[in-house]
Amino acid sequence: MTDAAAGMGRAASDARKLDAAATGPMLAADGRPLKASLNRALRAQKLRALALIAPLLLFILVTFIAPIADMLFRSVENQIVSETLPRTVIALEDWQETSQLPGEDAYAALAYDFMEAAERREHTRVGSRLNYETTGMSSLFRQSGRGIDDVGEIYADQFVALNPAWEEPATWVALMASERWQDEAAEAETDAALPRFELAPGIAEALPETADAYRSFARTIMSEDEDDPRAEEPWNTVYLALYRDLLAGTGGYDGPQAAMLNEAAAAVPGFEAASVQAQFADINEDWADTEVWETIEAFSDPYTAGYFLAAIDMQLTPDGIEAQPEEQQLYILLFQRTIFMSLMITFSCILLGYPIAYLLSNLPMRTSNLLLILVLLPFWTSLLVRTSAWKVLLQQEGVINDILVWIGLVADDARLQLINNQLGTIIAMTHILLPFMILPLYSVMKTIPPSYVRAAKSLGATDWTAFWRVYFPQSVPGIGAGCILVFILAIGYYITPELVGGRTGTFISNRIAFHISSSLNWGLAAALGSILLALVLALYWLYDRIVGIDNVKLG
Amino acid sequence: MSGLPPYASTGQRAWYYGFRVICGLIFFFLMAPILVIIPLSFNAQDFFTFTPEMLRLDPAGYSLQHYEDFFTNPDWQQALSNSVRIAPAATVLSVVLGTLAAIGLSQSHVPFKGAIMAILISPMIVPLIISAAGMYFFYSRVGLQGTYLGVVLAHAALGIPFVIITVTATLVGFDRSLTRASASLGANPVTTFFKVQMPLILPGVISGGLFAFITSFDEVVVVLFVGSAGQKTLPWQMFTGLRDQISPTILAVATILVVISVALLTVVELLRRRSERLRGMSPG
Repeated sequence: MTDAAAGMGRAASDARKLDAAATGPMLAADGRPLKASLNRALRAQKLRALALIAPLLLFILVTFIAPIADMLFRSVENQIVSETLPRTVIALEDWQETSQLPGEDAYAALAYDFMEAAERREHTRVGSRLNYETTGMSSLFRQSGRGIDDVGEIYADQFVALNPAWEEPATWVALMASERWQDEAAEAETDAALPRFELAPGIAEALPETADAYRSFARTIMSEDEDDPRAEEPWNTVYLALYRDLLAGTGGYDGPQAAMLNEAAAAVPGFEAASVQAQFADINEDWADTEVWETIEAFSDPYTAGYFLAAIDMQLTPDGIEAQPEEQQLYILLFQRTIFMSLMITFSCILLGYPIAYLLSNLPMRTSNLLLILVLLPFWTSLLVRTSAWKVLLQQEGVINDILVWIGLVADDARLQLINNQLGTIIAMTHILLPFMILPLYSVMKTIPPSYVRAAKSLGATDWTAFWRVYFPQSVPGIGAGCILVFILAIGYYITPELVGGRTGTFISNRIAFHISSSLNWGLAAALGSILLALVLALYWLYDRIVGIDNVKLG
Repeated sequence: MSGLPPYASTGQRAWYYGFRVICGLIFFFLMAPILVIIPLSFNAQDFFTFTPEMLRLDPAGYSLQHYEDFFTNPDWQQALSNSVRIAPAATVLSVVLGTLAAIGLSQSHVPFKGAIMAILISPMIVPLIISAAGMYFFYSRVGLQGTYLGVVLAHAALGIPFVIITVTATLVGFDRSLTRASASLGANPVTTFFKVQMPLILPGVISGGLFAFITSFDEVVVVLFVGSAGQKTLPWQMFTGLRDQISPTILAVATILVVISVALLTVVELLRRRSERLRGMSPG
């Protein structure tokens, strides 16, 4: 805008302002209503503030909040069963009579799923997943992965005996693959470049199970081993599917290979038969056990409460939720122990922290600042330094035991066991968390005016009464803040209990770490973590109510 | 407490001195473990206690062999170099993002201020093992697990609350009319930020940065999960040393870390006093 135009604009707005003063709302210098103008300024301010915050907010959301959300998700996620054994899960939907084994359809579905899973080497993962719920599943699945090749072999042999062409990969490709796929495959120069397998039109209606099993075969060998279906004889489970389909007829199929198919359909009723169930029982007799099926069925949902139940020593059984067997109950005890030890640590911190905070707040500024350094130095010292110090001091051959033996309090052959138990954890963690008690206590006590205690004494109170009735109640907010802070920090501690806790002095967090890195039961680790997180957040909410987040101070 | 009145009774006197003795013992409890490891780190033997030679102050009982081991052992050197690479990167990231956000948060009209603050502070509240578990799951999904970038991002996230808290605290005493004055004298917002605002909040930014640095430099739980052997840091090396086979070199490392903490503590304390002086509060 040129100066002249601006001048004109201003003149016009002046005129409007005069006008408005008489009739309408108050106007700002640019002629807009003052309210709108202020709103606009406010909005700009808000946007500027948000623009400054946005990068960090985004950063935290991606690097921190998303991982926490992922963990919460994993604590209920259970897609592995329904993804690896999709046909079985569907077949089990109408299995009501859980006292009896499921029907042949379910066993056949399991055979198709298992063959594909074994080829993709995924069956052991499902096995270990289900092993968290029922022991023995892992070895059952591992063993069945080796035996699954034989399921359906009896039919494969009989089809080939009937017509050797059934052994030829080309027969199957002509029967199953769409013409488009065959054309494109013919142009592919390497096996890796083969197009994604496509069924011929009509075959899925005529031979539903066979088409499905063959497609699974073709796609799996292409993606896993880069093999060519035109050069590989199908799995035995495909012959099993063909047998089952042909018993039901061909549905008037008249596509390629129809003659051969009709010949087989006529011969199938005379085949020597073996139930799929019996073939599975040959691999491992557990397959004829309803418990195995119940476990698969119970964990076929893509989401499960199973991990959370396991985290509180319960389990999901076909009869509903019930407690774990006595000897496997662990987590409630561990939670109790974590809370008990955190309380002990908090209590020791009050016991040791209160006198120090009292002393610091009643000494002259210069002295107390000097002594405060003695509190801040441990606070600033690396956690591992302090833990290693305790590990060295508390050992049976360590400094403390040496001193005790030297004084004569303890005999040399009866040195105290101070480490690798609950005592060790409590001593070391009290030391580590003590500054977190002293600092909030000190900041509260500093604000208590000494004149109150003096007034109480001048009115005749003894030292103890003056302290207990006047001073102490005013320091309670500091105790509350310190306690919650120490308790929150203690309950989630990992390093120190891991190093000095031994077997009896460990916390729930050590179990979480164990499940992540050793037992690989990530779902259970996530569920335990979610419970711990909920506990900490509840305490934190309490802290916020009592103290306020803004009062968090450092150093 | 400040001084004993001349008319104090015997009981009061006894309590006065008794209380001081108790406090002395508690201070001893606080400091002794840290102080004890310093002489032990000069032990000539591979023991974790004072040998008779050491108690006699015999020079033969002392040696620098554990320090020598730290500076020559490739495992420790690798860990040191990893720590020195990861911590500054994480610090820079958290200081830059954290300072900007703290300035944004200190403006008078910020929508959802409470919720935003809660999210930004959350890495400090959530127990480390849970952060570590979540980051392990999520970072392995996106391929950051076992990379330097992953560890740096994780450590930056953990350091951010400290930067936010210290910088916001400094900004509370910041006089807004200074920026307005600067603007009225013709400075653009960037100049105002670097010439007026930054020098005043610098102590807060630096001490926030030191907190972020020490958080990363000291951190072991998250790096244990998010990192892989290639990102083994000093605390990680100490942790495995303490867990599996404790070697006296750990004490030498611990002593070096204590010296570093003392230096950092001094810097933070000086900065705090300077900041209070600048803002016209008593240095305390």
